[in-house]
Amino acid sequence: MIEISKVSKLFNPGTVDEKIALIGIDLKLNPGDFVTVIGSNGAGKSTLMNIISGVMKPDTGEVSIDGGTITQLSEHRRAKWIGRVFQDPMAGTAPNMSIEENMAMAYKRGQSRMFQFGVTRARKELFKQQLRKLGIGLENRLRAKVGMLSGGERQALSLLMATFTKPQILLLDEHTAALDPARAELITQLTETLVREMNLTTLMVTHNMEQAIKLGNRLIMMDKGRIILDVDAKQKKELTVEKLLGEFERISGRKLADDRVVLG
Amino acid sequence: MLDSLLWGPTELGLMYALMALGVYITFRILDFPDLTVDGSFTTGAGIAAYMITHGSSPWVASIAAFAGGMAAGACTGLLHTKGKINGLLSGILMMIALYSINLRIMGRPNISLIKEETIFTGVAVLAIMPVIVIAIKVLLDVYLHTDQGLSLRATGDNARMIRSFGANTDITKIIGISLSNGLVALSGALIAQQSGFADISMGIGMIVIGLASVIIGEAVFGAKSVIRATLAVVLGSILYRVIVAIALRIEWLDTSDLKLITALIVIIALVFPSVRKHMKQKANARKRSAQLLSQSSGPALTKGGAPQ
Repeated sequence: MIEISKVSKLFNPGTVDEKIALIGIDLKLNPGDFVTVIGSNGAGKSTLMNIISGVMKPDTGEVSIDGGTITQLSEHRRAKWIGRVFQDPMAGTAPNMSIEENMAMAYKRGQSRMFQFGVTRARKELFKQQLRKLGIGLENRLRAKVGMLSGGERQALSLLMATFTKPQILLLDEHTAALDPARAELITQLTETLVREMNLTTLMVTHNMEQAIKLGNRLIMMDKGRIILDVDAKQKKELTVEKLLGEFERISGRKLADDRVVLG
Repeated sequence: MLDSLLWGPTELGLMYALMALGVYITFRILDFPDLTVDGSFTTGAGIAAYMITHGSSPWVASIAAFAGGMAAGACTGLLHTKGKINGLLSGILMMIALYSINLRIMGRPNISLIKEETIFTGVAVLAIMPVIVIAIKVLLDVYLHTDQGLSLRATGDNARMIRSFGANTDITKIIGISLSNGLVALSGALIAQQSGFADISMGIGMIVIGLASVIIGEAVFGAKSVIRATLAVVLGSILYRVIVAIALRIEWLDTSDLKLITALIVIIALVFPSVRKHMKQKANARKRSAQLLSQSSGPALTKGGAPQ
């Protein structure tokens, strides 16, 4: 599956503003793994996501998928393996295009885009069938512009668009953080269902400790550019928010500082 | 009267409509203000005029003009995406470069086509132009609904999103700017053939005329869908010519005031909608606040969504 070995990334190297975002990260995801990632401010969680998706290139180290290195591939070239949902509900969809057009663009993930109609009758049926899974009635609004949807609806659509072509790995970058609690709950449930149904290998960054413990079969904790804790499925069952905070203090020698952290 | 205020402007409007469609692709779809237009319009006229005076078929010459415009647009696209030069500046650089290139193509600043056979020889402009414009409009509509067309539209709408689905936004930008300038050059080729000459300075201010057509068209005829928007742009191009014809009837205005009038039309068309929107929002907010104040129990927060 996906493997990250000895990845480091510095910002402003050699200047007074030098910042170590990632230092010697090793992480291997097995097929079907659902890993939640938590950590303090500036721990390198977002940088890790950006390195995997190709938005940034690591200074040293390798990223590989199914044994083949993708370290030097640009973002759009590795998109065929990687589905992504951003924190900003506006980021994952094109607002001035219709729901069916957005789905059509997601449908062609990683393929060459030529002169076939984007929305055909056959594809439309598929889109409807997929949208029905969200259970929020989007299948009846195929021609509505995505900009007219609420933040929660847009994020649900982003999630579906990122997953329905069954990418090798799904990256979720705090994708419920910008939503109100009820909508965040809906997206969390959808995430769980979609990931389970398609058995997607998933890496999810979250600020919600409870969510990090409840979801997935593995949890990693990051601090100052390193992975400081890796909890497997068995240990994870016995984990609580208190224990997790205690672990952080024990390993790093300070309290978890995160202005956005949600304890649950 | 009807002739000078309706049919004349319609003829001109239809010929410039292709240029306006080109501007629509960059300005509206790619969200890229492309000033290459001022140069590529003349490139098209120059290529067509040179080829026709050297014995080419006017149709072949027009297609060559289209190709020449595409090449110019591709250069602007490359400057912007691969050279990482600011969008406006890449257009300006290309526009300036094209001035010299156009002189090279034409060999002299002015080529007459009066005695040559053009695509308008023996046919009324109003017989042939609607066919050409509608055909190109429909082709463009179809293209913008293909997989490639969708990724082009998404590039202007949310580039980050379409990249995450594997489209190379550098390439889609280059394709879009190239296609746009192809249409602009084709329009220049047609104008040269209809007016009987190509001139090195005929492209000056073309971008503003294109913008005027797009903005007027969308304001008057609406732009809810791509099909509607392209129709609006064609009609906007005609309407712009009608407005100019009317303006020129005003006694104290001169032909030389044309560019000032055009600039004013664009300014009004740009400022008016945003002022109106602002006023509307303010009025709505006032109304809603009053409504909320009058409810003693306080509002139920039903509307969700992110603040971003």
